[in-house]
Amino acid sequence: MANTLFDKIWDKHVVQTVEDGPTQLYIDRLYCHEVTTPQAFDTLRDKGIKVFRPDHIFAMPDHNTPSDQQEVINDPIGRKQVETLKKNCEEFGITHFTMGTKDNGIIHVVGPEKGLSLPGMTIVCGDSHTSTHGAVGALAMGIGTSEVAEVLASQTILQSKPKSMRINIEGELQPGVTAKDVALYIMAQMTTSGATGYVVEYAGSVIRNMSMEGRLTLSNLSIEMGSRAGIIAPDETTFAYLKGREYAPKGEAWDKAVEEWKKLKSDDNAVFDKEVTYNAADIAPRITYGTNPGAGIAIDGNIPTLESIPEAERAGFLSQLEYMQFNPGEKLEGHPVDYVFLGACTNGRIEDFRAFASIVKGKKKADNVVAWLVPGSWLVRKQIVEEGIDKILEEAGFELRLPSCSSCLAMNPDKVPAGKLSISTSNRNFVGRQGPGARTVLCSPLVAAASAITGVITDPRKL
Amino acid sequence: MKAKFNIIQSTCIPIEIDNCNTDLIIPARYLASTTRDPKFFGDAFMHDLRYDANDKPVADFVLNQPDFSEAPREGVHEIIIGGQNWGSGSSREHAAWAIAGYGVRVVISSSFADIHRNNLLNCFVLPVIVSKEFQTDLFATVKANPKAEVKVDVPNQTVTNLSTGKSEKFDINAYKKYCLMNALDDIDFLLENKDKIEAWEQKNA
Ligand code: SF4
Repeated sequence: MANTLFDKIWDKHVVQTVEDGPTQLYIDRLYCHEVTTPQAFDTLRDKGIKVFRPDHIFAMPDHNTPSDQQEVINDPIGRKQVETLKKNCEEFGITHFTMGTKDNGIIHVVGPEKGLSLPGMTIVCGDSHTSTHGAVGALAMGIGTSEVAEVLASQTILQSKPKSMRINIEGELQPGVTAKDVALYIMAQMTTSGATGYVVEYAGSVIRNMSMEGRLTLSNLSIEMGSRAGIIAPDETTFAYLKGREYAPKGEAWDKAVEEWKKLKSDDNAVFDKEVTYNAADIAPRITYGTNPGAGIAIDGNIPTLESIPEAERAGFLSQLEYMQFNPGEKLEGHPVDYVFLGACTNGRIEDFRAFASIVKGKKKADNVVAWLVPGSWLVRKQIVEEGIDKILEEAGFELRLPSCSSCLAMNPDKVPAGKLSISTSNRNFVGRQGPGARTVLCSPLVAAASAITGVITDPRKL
Repeated sequence: MKAKFNIIQSTCIPIEIDNCNTDLIIPARYLASTTRDPKFFGDAFMHDLRYDANDKPVADFVLNQPDFSEAPREGVHEIIIGGQNWGSGSSREHAAWAIAGYGVRVVISSSFADIHRNNLLNCFVLPVIVSKEFQTDLFATVKANPKAEVKVDVPNQTVTNLSTGKSEKFDINAYKKYCLMNALDDIDFLLENKDKIEAWEQKNA
């Protein structure tokens, strides 16, 4: 029988299927961060059990980490959470990448760049953006805290098998259009629940030509259309990215692994439960106007008019615009911006900083804009400095901050004040996501950079 | 906290918000906690819609309306009727803890985000998926009569709008049903299956 890539990884990891119930799935990697794990470790203590396979598990704090200094977390509750993770890791024998050290960063940036996330693996983490790791050809899913406890205790979870969907993007992306724009475009087409119940595989010429960083951005955003995971078949781009990474196999083991990884693709005649194809030529730089990531438009487009919205959805549409202080039919290009955020597990990688720098080089940051430029990991930060990107940013009036989730969610000091408009490369424009009352417009690093220079929402193609 | 499921008959809380994400169900600042206290999370349930910036109750939000403000107890407000795509966004199980901590035992919607649905089940809150028509009908019923009751029969997998008599079957796999009806955790099941896990590891070493 012809199988999808998802089938192949799933089938290999089946420990057993419970009669008329879920499948017990073996997990190759569990990642832990400070927010969704304390109660899971407590469950183990309650039951008096140990972690079953500590060598399969890696932990690091990222959500509470401040981006201005990392000696101390001033908020006592956040500090306790970060300390609790460290203590739990010591007690249960789990590798922990301590805040402020060279190994630390956002899990979804660190996992792939350290070669911890590898093709064919099953990967879970108590975090919805675990979908990111699917870009290396792994089945990577976000889980809840009870399930984290299950994996700690047994290295397995119980899951019902999702359906499969393939999204093809064919053609060639136009200049100024990035992986982020592709994702925002797909979401607007599919809505934020369009892929609920599915595992998505991304395919087509755009994906084949996409860099590893771009693929990680795309897979990262899979969850924003409800998808359980977003997989991309590993190829030479994947292998070149992973080769030599700290935890990737070395020498003969590497060659053997690559031989196996080359088999990780959907069979030619594999049938998906759903298949859609989009044309790259239709995709422009994108921005969002509402309070879910699917509420987006081309940067030079207009917010939909009220008449164009189905009647049943109008109340919801209007309440989103009321929060955002925008009007139906309004053009957002040229709209003043207060904050600019480059970073998060969506766009906190080296390529994102290169893209941002390519726009701001030789120009000056607008005075009315507060900009947070936050690398996704210490490794990314090191690379930024090695490539001299920090100098370009500095000359343009920007400051490079320390690795953290930062302004992606309001759990650390980088909060956008109420009412302020933030143009952000993160993944969620929810009500209050960047701080109570904060208004978020999602975009690519290029749009963020162009807007940071002009102080208004700006199409990078026109700068 | 874990009560066995059988038949739940109760009045409902209508939360008519589509795409109600887990950031709304519990705001990020409550995530920094390391506690498991149900009251802590129950108090934070929908906090930023329930209370304004000065911590004053927002009068027109459903949980503050006299008809729906009474805290859940047996037969009263044990059921939430939610908008479609309930629980999208962040995987935070804190959202399920908030719902459970508030005292709710069943959430009815036409669709749930996958991770949140699993989280609810793991927290002994039953997510019930109904048709769009049934959901629209339920909202109308409860708006017309806040005392209207809904019956969720877990053994027979049916949900009934007792005002209209309309009833639907809902899906739940036999394993999970057994767990809910007997108040059993997945983790206990997994721990009983260590031999199978080790066998898998040996085969794939
Ligand atoms: S950067 Fe944002 S989305 Fe990514 S893990 Fe951190 S908080 Fe979550």
